[in-house]
Amino acid sequence: MNIVVLVKQVPDSGAERSLRADDNTVDRGAASNVINEMDEYAIEEALKITEAHGGEVTVLTMGPAGASDSIRKALSMGPAKAVHIVDDALRGSCAVSTSKVIAAALGGLNADIILCGSESTDGRVQVLPHMLAERLGVAALTGARKLTVDGSTLTIERQTDEGYEVVTASTPAVVSVWDTINEPRYPSFKGIMAAKKKPVDTKSLADLGVDASEVGFAGATSTVLDHAQRPPRSAGQKVVDEGDGGVKLVEYLATEKFV
Amino acid sequence: MWIPPSDEARDLLGLVEEIAEGELTPETAAAHEARGEFPREIVRTLGRAGLLGLPYPAALGGADQPYEVYLRVLERLAYRWLTVAEAVSVHTLSAYPAAVFGDDTVQKLVPDLIGGERLGAYCLSEPAGGSDAAALATRADRDDSGYVLNGTKAWITHAGSADFYTVFARTGGPGRDGISCLLLDATTPGLTPQPRERLMGLHAGAPAQVVLEDAHVPADRLIGAEGQGFHIAMSALDAGRLGIAACAVGLAQAALDYAVAYARERTQFGSRIVDFQGIGFMLADAATGIAASRALLYSAARLRDAGLPFRIEAAQAKLFATDTAMRVTTDAVQVLGGAGYVTDHPVERWFREAKLLQIVEGTNQIQRLVIARSLAK
Ligand SMILES: Cc1cc2nc3c(=O)[nH]c(=O)nc-3n(C[C@H](O)[C@H](O)[C@H](O)COP(=O)(O)OP(=O)(O)OC[C@H]3O[C@@H](n4cnc5c(N)ncnc54)[C@H](O)[C@@H]3O)c2cc1C
Ligand SMILES: Cc1cc2nc3c(=O)[nH]c(=O)nc-3n(C[C@H](O)[C@H](O)[C@H](O)COP(=O)(O)OP(=O)(O)OC[C@H]3O[C@@H](n4cnc5c(N)ncnc54)[C@H](O)[C@@H]3O)c2cc1C
Repeated sequence: MNIVVLVKQVPDSGAERSLRADDNTVDRGAASNVINEMDEYAIEEALKITEAHGGEVTVLTMGPAGASDSIRKALSMGPAKAVHIVDDALRGSCAVSTSKVIAAALGGLNADIILCGSESTDGRVQVLPHMLAERLGVAALTGARKLTVDGSTLTIERQTDEGYEVVTASTPAVVSVWDTINEPRYPSFKGIMAAKKKPVDTKSLADLGVDASEVGFAGATSTVLDHAQRPPRSAGQKVVDEGDGGVKLVEYLATEKFV
Repeated sequence: MWIPPSDEARDLLGLVEEIAEGELTPETAAAHEARGEFPREIVRTLGRAGLLGLPYPAALGGADQPYEVYLRVLERLAYRWLTVAEAVSVHTLSAYPAAVFGDDTVQKLVPDLIGGERLGAYCLSEPAGGSDAAALATRADRDDSGYVLNGTKAWITHAGSADFYTVFARTGGPGRDGISCLLLDATTPGLTPQPRERLMGLHAGAPAQVVLEDAHVPADRLIGAEGQGFHIAMSALDAGRLGIAACAVGLAQAALDYAVAYARERTQFGSRIVDFQGIGFMLADAATGIAASRALLYSAARLRDAGLPFRIEAAQAKLFATDTAMRVTTDAVQVLGGAGYVTDHPVERWFREAKLLQIVEGTNQIQRLVIARSLAK
């Protein structure tokens, strides 16, 4: 099994994050940047599959030069190599053009399975797996909480609000995962050392045969026009218990549709 | 302050902090200690990350790290949770005889022992004697294919959880020259861990006796030569004492940080208690004691890393760092006042845990003995 895992670098969702005032893109300079959390689960799943069935895991990232930190981090968990798409023209890309670029890179990688997170914690559009499957003409098994590999047959349990659906497809396919699928490993010390020497293939738009006009702000099908900081939390509502505290609490919960 | 001696060391410490952040949370530590449950899975996670063989050569499956770096890892683990740091320290100690004194046959086993999945126990103490280890009574008698062990080992950390036991037993006559070191699998028939001791602190890491009753071990599990056991045990303890000192520094630092944070928040008589000189000076002495402990610890470690004698320096570091940890944790309870005495805050637990460090791997009287003897020579 050759597996490509899509790994996006995002600002740490546990810390203060913001968009830039000038062009409404993610402010990466101010943030501490990490691997998109869901993508760690995709890496873990890929490693588990190749440990059981053989094969090789490749990390694929589209992002600025600084994303190389996240690539090394991903490699320290165990994948063999990485491809890093870097090009100044990519800034401001929408999901449609991002999928075009990533699909172009995937074209040369011969993956049996393309694993990725179900959503990123910054853009959160949740469409990339579908767009990639469409562009590559392969099946999309999305939102997996479980993945089983049997020869060339992939079966997932797709997590839904009500429960789950069982979906099957044959390779090659795009599989996106939720954080319910596994427990990502920590890198090992040896893994961290080894990652420093693993090959990272850097690709520009020209290498991929994508024209700069099709991506970035120039080619965006949608643009973030404006943004505002989330308003500060308003003071909570105080319930004074004058013998009817319980009733008041239930009334509050009822208005918020919790009960 | 500790300056990583290499990029590799910086990465390693980064990994330790990442795992500590995820796994060694105050809640997890408190819950395990309250239940007296040994965190075997957490230690396994550390093992898989490569933290159970740090100071051993790469050829034996270790991480080839200087003692200075290994000890810094222990310090940072102890800062979060002493039981886990102790587990790493005792495990590393248990593998020491095989890694350093083992012949080719024994050394072939070492990659498995320190590979991360396995846990070791170090069996020197006995019910009748801890300090006077040269008087140990457990016997290992030759038979056709190896040795038959009989006796009782006491206070064995990881008894019942360990996968291998490094056992010191008497193969010859009385005194130190009659002692040998043997490597036993946990599955050895006749090796029976007893119920765990009920301790004052370190409940999650409580030791137990290990009874050996006609426990047979093949001849090729002898570590070093017959009669070399006492020398091996003392050599292991020289290194082990640095581990205990590192644990003491981490524990004391945790207590100091907690007390400082509390003293900055808490007000009495209209002022932060940290601004009362009586409190501020106590904290200043604590900070100074910790800094001095750390200086002793890492200078002893660097002697060892340079291949120079370090026995006396290790004894001094262990003595000073553990006495300091006892004082700092005692004062931390005092700084918190009544809050220091309740289990809602971790300082009363750290106070109980610190006491142990003055006792294990040579009581602090024995450390003084080692130092005094070197002066009397
Ligand atoms: C606040 C904000 C709003 C946005 N709104 C829109 C919008 O309305 N329409 C639009 O088209 N674009 C929008 N974008 C841009 C979009 O987020 C980026 O194009 C992004 O690269 C792809 O979308 P996603 O990360 O949200 O993808 P998702 O579909 O949420 O991501 C799923 C998975 O795809 C993989 N992946 C995503 N990006 C990369 C990458 N660069 N490299 C490797 N793997 C990757 C990861 O595995 C990820 O877990 C917005 C961005 C921001 C910050
Ligand atoms: C939680 C815990 C975990 C332990 N883990 C292990 C383990 O994994 N493996 C292992 O082998 N052992 C272990 N030990 C045992 C520990 O190393 C011994 O308890 C210690 O060495 C002291 O031995 P003892 O208890 O027999 O005390 P004793 O030797 O009986 O000492 C009693 C007192 O006499 C003092 N004393 C003794 N001799 C002298 C002297 N010559 N001069 C001055 N004072 C002296 C001592 O300092 C002490 O105060 C552990 C103990 C504990 C409590």
